[in-house]
Amino acid sequence: MKLSGAEILWECLVREGVEVVFGYPGGANMPLYDAMLNYPIHHVLVRHEQGGAHMADGYARASGKVGVAMGTSGPGATNLVTGIATAMMDSSPVVFITGQVAAHLIGGDAFQEVDVTGITLPITKHNYLVTRPDEIAEVVREAFYIARSGRPGPVLIDICKNAQIEKTEFVYPEAVHLAGYQPQSHAPATDLEQAVKLLEKAKRPVILCGHGVLMSGAEQVLQHFAVKTNTPVTSTLLGLGGFPASHPLHLGMMGMHGEAHCNLAIQNADLLLAFGMRFDDRVTGTLKTYAPNAKKIHVEIDPSEVHKNVQVDVPLVGDLKNILTDLVPMVDEYDHEEWMQQINEWRSEGDQRSIMAWPEDGKLHVAHLIKDIWNATGGGAIVTTDVGQHQMWTAQYYFLDQPNRWITSGGAGTMGFGLPSAIGAWFAHKDQEIWTIAGDGGFQMTAAELTTAVQEGANVKVAIMNNSFLGMVRQWQEFFFEKRYSAVNMVSPDFVKLADAHGVPARRVTQPEEVAEAIEWARKTTGPVVLEFRVEQEEAVYPMVPAGAALDQMLRRPVRQK
Amino acid sequence: MQYTFITLVENKPGVLNRVASLFRRRNFNIESLAVGRTERPEVSRMTIVVDCQGDMDAHKIEANLYKLVNVIDVQDVTQQPAVTRDLALIKVKAGPERRAEINNLAEIFRARIVDVAADSVIVEVTGTEEKIEGMIELLRPVGIMEMVRTGQVAMTRGAYEGTRRTPGATGGGWRDEDESGLAEY
Ligand SMILES: Cc1ncc(C[n+]2csc(CCOP(=O)(O)OP(=O)(O)O)c2C)c(N)n1
Repeated sequence: MKLSGAEILWECLVREGVEVVFGYPGGANMPLYDAMLNYPIHHVLVRHEQGGAHMADGYARASGKVGVAMGTSGPGATNLVTGIATAMMDSSPVVFITGQVAAHLIGGDAFQEVDVTGITLPITKHNYLVTRPDEIAEVVREAFYIARSGRPGPVLIDICKNAQIEKTEFVYPEAVHLAGYQPQSHAPATDLEQAVKLLEKAKRPVILCGHGVLMSGAEQVLQHFAVKTNTPVTSTLLGLGGFPASHPLHLGMMGMHGEAHCNLAIQNADLLLAFGMRFDDRVTGTLKTYAPNAKKIHVEIDPSEVHKNVQVDVPLVGDLKNILTDLVPMVDEYDHEEWMQQINEWRSEGDQRSIMAWPEDGKLHVAHLIKDIWNATGGGAIVTTDVGQHQMWTAQYYFLDQPNRWITSGGAGTMGFGLPSAIGAWFAHKDQEIWTIAGDGGFQMTAAELTTAVQEGANVKVAIMNNSFLGMVRQWQEFFFEKRYSAVNMVSPDFVKLADAHGVPARRVTQPEEVAEAIEWARKTTGPVVLEFRVEQEEAVYPMVPAGAALDQMLRRPVRQK
Repeated sequence: MQYTFITLVENKPGVLNRVASLFRRRNFNIESLAVGRTERPEVSRMTIVVDCQGDMDAHKIEANLYKLVNVIDVQDVTQQPAVTRDLALIKVKAGPERRAEINNLAEIFRARIVDVAADSVIVEVTGTEEKIEGMIELLRPVGIMEMVRTGQVAMTRGAYEGTRRTPGATGGGWRDEDESGLAEY
């Protein structure tokens, strides 16, 4: 049967199991939008393509499926770029579909022509320029396969307008044939044996739980491995939820704003077991002094991550779940009692400094609010964040016992990610409670998506931590620029009125005694809700490893006298 | 040190751009890159010469090349018995009185004069890098007006194959044994 390229696209999306796409129409993708009306896929009209990209990303991270975002050519496509880079840095499987000018116009600077495949080449796992309708089926099939397999990532398909309109025989490819693309699934047995030898000798081992644990679905087997070998676990920002926070072997988050005992454990370890993480500078501090006495085992699906930042002793390239499953029967029970005691000493020292130990002082502290939301939701909500101080406090205090409930922009640190990613997550889990924690700055970057939430009835709770500053930048200026505040004072609109104008119920909270009630009100109210918390303005996230410092050279919160 | 990689890629539009962009983005310095068809119409072959600090850099280059979906195979042939060739066309300033002299020089290198004009000749020379450098040095005093080189192409001898370090490429690992019997890179 002959179908137009646009129809073929939707036929293929239906076959990929796509339920929802986030997009924005324009001249170069109008044939796609026309054909869409005949297919059972829900389209979400976003307010800015960046929002659509983050929604598809949030949907992908919450559902474990491939997200889809669409835009027209030129400015539509360039508006997607931040979202594409965000998905790339966090290995999120999203397929982006852009319209392009007709093939015969390419290269002629036609209206709304932009070299989208050129622009997105370094920020996609792969991309395609489609000039003929008979290419579409194969390209879509490949794109979804590439996006979700191996190390997942974004794939962009740029489809010329003529290829959307012209008709061709529709043949759905049964299989994908990619000559070179073959992600490795298992590591060779000899390599596994070397890893086991290191583990047998280790007295002070630490597991570094990365995003890969969640992406390969290795949470259960990681628990078996850690419990059997008696090895403590610390998580990267994106690895949170990969190992239950309440488990006695769980230490907490490592890195720049990680907990002190986690960083100390890494620096004093004699063996690091890095599982699905990439030794980003935010978790290593300076590489010169990183874990100086530790042998390193690196389990990673992407061979280019092996030895990239940290040279390791045993690289195991393959799918983490498979490799851990192979390893569990090979390892024994080891005694690390002394090591755990040492770590717990460090931990109790940190507890004294914790902001949670502070007496009530009549002010709102973000960390306390996060704990309150955690209490109210029983720790079971899907939580997305924006980027900044509030993000770090949420990572520190929204303890996650379950996987895939934590959605944050880690690698790219993209402000504006919070609200749209929460809306995307809602489409994946409409029955679950969803919160997004945002700063006053980041919220305003994509605040227009509030209307999208209203139009779709997205049941997301927005908590704006308003400190009237670009808090994280202010903190850096306080610590490293002699408190010379430059461009960090932020005047914001009246968030309650802003929400009101969108038809979103909203409340402002200024006193500690109002907090619990406000959170309950937000939870009970169906549909999108905004809570604005007027929080302590000049608070700092501790501990902090200054950029370029050693991981154990942390700035610590001063102990507060009671 | 210069490392030579043979890379097979899918013969599709934009693949050369992907490879070049990868090297730029990861800050690898390409000394030369030659690309052309192979015995299989759907496959192109690149010979890439890169300046590397050591085997670790070579590993990075290989592993990154495999991140490109269109890359089929990467071998490092630096240490393998291989035939490597570069071709240069060199236009030399020479009236009729110097042609014999240039002809003699060319013969030493088994080069050929492929074009003769009133006041210049074009010398074509094929061979290893060193041979071509030698030819150029001899012609320089005569007066080189213009020069072009194809960049190096390489092929391993007989049944030899290059090194493949990236796990997954062949299923083989990459390891040297130290005393403890553990891999050390
Ligand atoms: C798009 C973008 N622009 C700039 C930055 C740099 N940046 C990182 S954190 C931050 C401050 C965020 O302020 P706010 O949203 O109010 O959150 P807070 O840190 O106060 O919690 C800025 C400007 C960024 N991460 N992303």
